[in-house]
Amino acid sequence: MFVRLSIAVAALGVLTSAALAQGAKLTDPQIAHIAYTAGVIDINAAKQAESKASNKDVKAFAKDMARDHEAVNKQALDLVKKLKVTPEDNDTSKALSKQAADKLAELGKLKGAAYDKAYIDNEVAYHKTVNTALETQLIPSASNPELKSLLQTGLKIFQGHEQHAEHVAAGMK
Amino acid sequence: MSPGRYLVTLALFALGAMAVPAHAATIQIVMENMVISPAEASAKVGDTIEWVNKDILAHTATAKNGDFDVTIAPKKAARSVLTKAGTVDYYCRFHPNMKAVLTITP
Repeated sequence: MFVRLSIAVAALGVLTSAALAQGAKLTDPQIAHIAYTAGVIDINAAKQAESKASNKDVKAFAKDMARDHEAVNKQALDLVKKLKVTPEDNDTSKALSKQAADKLAELGKLKGAAYDKAYIDNEVAYHKTVNTALETQLIPSASNPELKSLLQTGLKIFQGHEQHAEHVAAGMK
Repeated sequence: MSPGRYLVTLALFALGAMAVPAHAATIQIVMENMVISPAEASAKVGDTIEWVNKDILAHTATAKNGDFDVTIAPKKAARSVLTKAGTVDYYCRFHPNMKAVLTITP
């Protein structure tokens, strides 16, 4: 399991690979924290893009990301409250946040079309990584059926985002 | 039956007949897990489309030719009455990979 995920993620060749390959055995409070953190990361990236992007499709995409990830995270918060689960910080969440902060700083230095391209390419890669992690690690590890179901809903939504990002990226070439 | 009651009954009948024309149908189109189904639907002018959004996100049904643009809140439904014939490609503005076709006959 650990090895398979590591290979899958490494094959994608993205920055977040190391973060998501850590910690093979996750508890529900940790899974909830990772999923929520992954959402916050994309919301922050979207907010930066809403002010920095120049391409109108990229700007619209960023708006969609902020809206959707906020909606999913609200569901997640409602669920943990209902289940009386306290999301628990962990090494995977920490590594994800650290890498996201570095990426945000890196993107922050770019301008115009170079920024647009870097943002959308990162969105494709980021959603790929998160979707792989959901499919191979987070969903199989979740024990509460409602948490599992929300993660499955999230996966469908984020697969849609991945396709949307790919479409926007293809339109820019 | 007294003449008064008869008149009331008649009036209700007439109202009912006006509110629901016999030929108009309501067609349900569902948005769930980022997919519109059925992907191809047909209806007639005067029919009502009931857009049902089962997702936790907002969606839209936006006609490419501008004939309609309906926003459907999460876990809600919205209705629109078809006024023009044609084959209409539509999509969700928030999730453009959600696409479908509605064929409207006169």
